[in-house]
Amino acid sequence: MRNFLLYHNNIAKSIHNSNKKGRTALIPFITIGFPTIDSTVPIVKKLEENGADVIELGIPFSDPLAEGLTIQRSSQIALENGVNLNKCLEIVKKIRSEGVKTPLVCMGYYNPILAKGINKFCEEAADAGIDGLIVADLPSSEAKLLVTATKKHEISLIPLLALTSNEDSIKLACKFASGFVYCISVLGVTGARKKVNSKVKELVKKVKVYTDIPVAIGFGISKKEHIIEIGKYADAAVFGAALIEFILSNKKNLPEKNAEIFIRNLSKKNDQIGKNYENSWR
Amino acid sequence: MEYYKDNQIPDQNGRYGDYGGQFVPETLMAALSELTQAFEAIVNDRNFSEQLNSLLKDYVGRPSPMYYARNLSQALGGEIYIKREDLNHTGAHKINNAVGQVLLAKKLGKNRIIAETGAGQHGVATATVCAQMGLECVVYMGEEDIKRQAPNVYRMRELGTKIVSVTSGTRTLKDAINEAIRDWVTNVQNTHYLIGSAVGPHPYPKIVREFQAVIGKESREQILEKLGKLPDYVVACVGGGSNAIGIFSGFLSDLTVQLIGVEAAGEGLNQKHAATMARGKPGVLHGSMSYLLQDEFGQVLEAHSISAGLDYPGVGPEHSYLKDTERAKYVSATDEEALSGFKLLSKLEGIIPALEPAHAIGYMQSWVRKLPKNSVIILLLSGRGDKDLETVSNILNEKI
Repeated sequence: MRNFLLYHNNIAKSIHNSNKKGRTALIPFITIGFPTIDSTVPIVKKLEENGADVIELGIPFSDPLAEGLTIQRSSQIALENGVNLNKCLEIVKKIRSEGVKTPLVCMGYYNPILAKGINKFCEEAADAGIDGLIVADLPSSEAKLLVTATKKHEISLIPLLALTSNEDSIKLACKFASGFVYCISVLGVTGARKKVNSKVKELVKKVKVYTDIPVAIGFGISKKEHIIEIGKYADAAVFGAALIEFILSNKKNLPEKNAEIFIRNLSKKNDQIGKNYENSWR
Repeated sequence: MEYYKDNQIPDQNGRYGDYGGQFVPETLMAALSELTQAFEAIVNDRNFSEQLNSLLKDYVGRPSPMYYARNLSQALGGEIYIKREDLNHTGAHKINNAVGQVLLAKKLGKNRIIAETGAGQHGVATATVCAQMGLECVVYMGEEDIKRQAPNVYRMRELGTKIVSVTSGTRTLKDAINEAIRDWVTNVQNTHYLIGSAVGPHPYPKIVREFQAVIGKESREQILEKLGKLPDYVVACVGGGSNAIGIFSGFLSDLTVQLIGVEAAGEGLNQKHAATMARGKPGVLHGSMSYLLQDEFGQVLEAHSISAGLDYPGVGPEHSYLKDTERAKYVSATDEEALSGFKLLSKLEGIIPALEPAHAIGYMQSWVRKLPKNSVIILLLSGRGDKDLETVSNILNEKI
């Protein structure tokens, strides 16, 4: 049985191990069933082989209101490919059966989870090999039922915090957070940006007052420079839209080849800043 | 039903029983709590209500009349009174809420207003009030709706509003709301999202009810003045449900008054439709828990209605609560019944209704006959039908 104490949480441990090597942990995001149903398993394997410390798998939804155009498009393509929540869990099982050991985190919207039943979903997700869960339209104040269910089935519930989050929300999120805390670096939706918003540094600082688990930064992250920048004050970087755009725009390569090229590029020289993990892992 | 008298609905978490709540990206939570505080403050603020009432009277043209529809009553039976929201400035009830929320936005110091629109009535109302108060206005509208509601698009442009055509998903109201929320997440610091229906995260359903409650308050006073008694029935169409919740709110504590909401049955309840409460299951869309048209995997289904204003797969959370508690009853009328209602009111009373309330008239055509003879019915005519003439004539193959 997995133990939920800090050092035994798969996700936190994986981020921590990366930090110990002086690296910023990499958390790529890919929509399940994009660009085809059969792409997900090979993409995930390539991401694992080339430096992913945690892998985020997007559950497609008809109305993804936190997403920019790129991830909206990948969700739409996945839905057209016939992906639904059951199919997602099947694909996760397949990923595990092919030997992928990297912690897997699902990111999705609340309604598909509700439609299945919160408890049933958590049970089946844990069974399929999911380690963590992020729900884009479920703020901490509405998360009570999911907190209980994820605890019961030993899935980490990863809260999102924003530049606008007040002290109370930060405190509440840190209370139930497990795996890592996800800080949104922009005011806005997902999608590649030119620069990392420096204001997110303040948010990370506030979060670290309330929790010792790793802090990841996401939304807008697209380049190696961003990863290096983030590594100065946070533990992990999440990137999705830029990866998906890369897959969409280099159609002569297989999707998994594109995933490999993309993450290798981000992974290179990632340890140059000589990350002091003691600082982020108290 | 003691609940309503105590004004405890929604509770402080924005819950109507199991419905409502705040299911939005975390970035918006601070804005929602700021909005809640500002709203609670203005509800009891005399200056604010004076300002609002004066605009409602002199700019919107309130109170709207309560008209005894003699010909319609003779044709269908019963004693039918029509609450004339079609006579408001801009031609629908939507302006009541637009005026209130723009004033609220000014209190919040937000100088940019965004809105979604389906039929275009809410967009026009918002554009109108923004023009009057000198605020920047951006309206999100589905590409499909831009086509079928062209007159309202021209009106908004004339009023100085920027219209963004939404091409994602089903290209209708649902997707316009998604796009407006994405804008709000991005520009939350200087922007107020002026939601036009009784949907969305708390406190929106409550705010919209409060600003539309003027319909119910006036209706109750007017019918008492005319007849010295309350009506037996109040009938209104329901898409998101802002006009219905506005008039229902005036009669919630009058338990003898039956409240009836008419949803759009489109091509029929077993075909394509927008009858959320007849055929949906509780779920979360656009920030709140409510009945929702969805497939077994929780993906939101495309709604269908001849009227753009009812073409929405969700419904306001308070309606879901009123349905479950059986305080209100929800029925539906097809596209065909709505067209028939549209023609009937035009011919009999010289009032061309919008296609949305035409659903209520369509439903009444078969229903009123079954009622005791002198039943008193208030029909809420939420808007006028000029915007729909092209749609209707295309369908009926009568070229203008």
